[in-house]
Amino acid sequence: MQRETSQTTIPFWRDERVLKVLGQIAFVVLVFIFFSFIFQNMKAGLAKQGITLSLNFIRGVSGFDIAETLFPYDRSSTYLQAYQIGLLNTLLVSVVGIFFATILGVILGVARLSTNFIINRLAAFYLELIRNLSLLVFLIFWYLGVFLKLPKVKEAIIWPGDIFLSNRGVGIPWGIPTASFPTFRLILLFGFFLALAVFFSLRAYSQRTGRAPLTLLWTFLTFVVVALLGWVILPEKPLMIDLPRVEGLRLTGGKILTPEFMALTSGLTLYTAAFIGEVVRAGIQSVSKGQVEAARALGLNGFQTLRLVVFPQALRVIVPPLTSQYLNLIKNSSLAISVGYPDVFYVSNTIQNQTGRAVEMIGMVMLTYLAFSLITSLLMNWYNKKIRLVER
Amino acid sequence: MRKIFAIMGILVVASLVLAACGGAATPAPSGGETVTVKETVVVTVVAPASPAVVAPTGYGVTLETVKARGKLICGVNSQVPGFGYVDANGNFSGFDVDYCRALAAAIFGDPTKVEFRPVTAAERFTALQSGEIDILSRNTTWTLVRDTELGGNFVHTTFYDGQGMMVPADSGITTLQDLEGGTICVQTGTTTELNLADVMASLGVSYTPAVFEDADSTFAAYSEGRCDAVTTDKSGLVARRTVLADPTAHVILDVTMSKEPLGPMVRHGDDQWFDIAQWTVFALFSAEEFGITSANVDEVKATATAPEVKRMLGVEGDLGLKLGLTNDWAYNIIKLVGNYEEVYNRNLGPDTPTYIPRGLNNLYINGGLLYAPPFR
Repeated sequence: MQRETSQTTIPFWRDERVLKVLGQIAFVVLVFIFFSFIFQNMKAGLAKQGITLSLNFIRGVSGFDIAETLFPYDRSSTYLQAYQIGLLNTLLVSVVGIFFATILGVILGVARLSTNFIINRLAAFYLELIRNLSLLVFLIFWYLGVFLKLPKVKEAIIWPGDIFLSNRGVGIPWGIPTASFPTFRLILLFGFFLALAVFFSLRAYSQRTGRAPLTLLWTFLTFVVVALLGWVILPEKPLMIDLPRVEGLRLTGGKILTPEFMALTSGLTLYTAAFIGEVVRAGIQSVSKGQVEAARALGLNGFQTLRLVVFPQALRVIVPPLTSQYLNLIKNSSLAISVGYPDVFYVSNTIQNQTGRAVEMIGMVMLTYLAFSLITSLLMNWYNKKIRLVER
Repeated sequence: MRKIFAIMGILVVASLVLAACGGAATPAPSGGETVTVKETVVVTVVAPASPAVVAPTGYGVTLETVKARGKLICGVNSQVPGFGYVDANGNFSGFDVDYCRALAAAIFGDPTKVEFRPVTAAERFTALQSGEIDILSRNTTWTLVRDTELGGNFVHTTFYDGQGMMVPADSGITTLQDLEGGTICVQTGTTTELNLADVMASLGVSYTPAVFEDADSTFAAYSEGRCDAVTTDKSGLVARRTVLADPTAHVILDVTMSKEPLGPMVRHGDDQWFDIAQWTVFALFSAEEFGITSANVDEVKATATAPEVKRMLGVEGDLGLKLGLTNDWAYNIIKLVGNYEEVYNRNLGPDTPTYIPRGLNNLYINGGLLYAPPFR
């Protein structure tokens, strides 16, 4: 009995399953050894130059001012707070950039395929021109060539709607919350949930009947109607409109968008939009012509064909490259330093210079961009999975 | 694989969020003293650890490296006329640049055996720490933090400066208080950036900084009218004003916001190199004091009777050997580059567009601060 089993059992060093596991373990160990070697090497190298790694400095008083801050900050704030300011600024530029670049990109992509000769050529010209520029040059053009060329504060151009254009920034009217704002916020929240309800019921309706209502439009309209109703019925207006004005040396009131912010967001948006335009065009062209012809044969008009037949199929091709365009935009926002906009890289650069903590700051910045990119990737992959062709 | 990335991502985000929370939880520094005290403690704990554990580059290594390489690598500015600038012929020129030439003359007897490497304000200390450059001669202000945490030693002050403010002549601004609500252009990674915040906070003047990465973009933004004023060391303002479109349209305010002693900087750990760099400065000072110039140095060397002059020029004794150099090191500096006055006048003198009166940068016998220890 004993002998028999020992003969039928394969010794573990020849068992394929065991070997596979062992191989993996060995690989992980090797990787670990490799990285710890590199880390030790770095530590030894730094020690040789008398540099020790520590993050203690991050709680020290920064001592410098930052121009654009989304929460209160002054020279007595800590380096960490300065870093967070930069982080939020990067986030702001990325979100604004992605939002507008997507809209403009889709328009460009569709225009590029338009049968109207002029629209088609104009879009093609724009795409070819922008895609062949260097982004850094483009940003500096927008900064030195456009926004700093605007007139002085005292001679600011005033556009209808109280929009001030000057070389100290673009001033736009902005709302200041009043006493009834908290109530209004609740109404907005209600509107949001109502809009969600509309969205899901319309989708259920669509799945049940096979019809295709304009789900997003109705959802959006619901929210807007609730918001407007709230605005009208509240006795006191929830937001007081504050107009920009010139005061001494500066533009104040309303919301002042600095030339740095304007140059960076316009540059990033217009640049990335060109690439998104090409992605959209490629996506649309990947849908076979037969699909369009079939849709037309069924009596769908041009817009319906795009919305119901072409786009749903094109999206599958569009989303993966679109994700990398979004990632590009986020990472390219680090060029903010060239136009003096205090994003996370810029602030970390300043901190690094004032403290001499180059390794720590570069490490933090790398982790930050990694985190931003991974989050974006996760969101886009989730979306991609949702719209993917369900194969049977 | 995808999952691993997802988990990593979440971890990274979580750590950032935690860090952010930690930051928010600390009491605002306006409730201040405690924070400052805590910081001091941290520094004292950390600082002694590094020199104790570490055996840094070590005595004599830098000179050996430089000699083996056959040239000196000097980190300089390339954007401030009069101090460190690339001229129309593509040559580096300027006060700080000439110091590098003097050092090369002391080591090799040849002022051309130096490679100039332009470094920005933000990267200069890293470049020095990492050994990319042998010495930093780039209008750098001597401060305590730079002398300790940034791992460098200031050799000696070669130029006494102060921070100033430049405004357009037609702006009507005459004092710092007039800048209330204004925007001020400043370069990042500089002591001026910190001084500006300090001075304006103590005056209670609110302003918006517009901060740029290098001198070129700072002054480009200023001349485009982005700012009401631009601030940097007064010497820098004088120098940069010469390259603005209309130099007469800008005035430098009659205020000095800080002390800015500028000078070359070397890495921690090599005292021999520090000595060579320092005594190169003293040779420049003393040569002016003794009236030795590049024109008369040969004559002085042949006829000198004063023992100190003879020691300095290597006629008597072996001071050069003590530094690890040859005995004619100081002679070479004076013969090939000149004395302090010659270097000053060549770059910042009355005949140059970047004229700056000598002021404090004069010998102590002429009412200035330049004073060299004896050559003995």
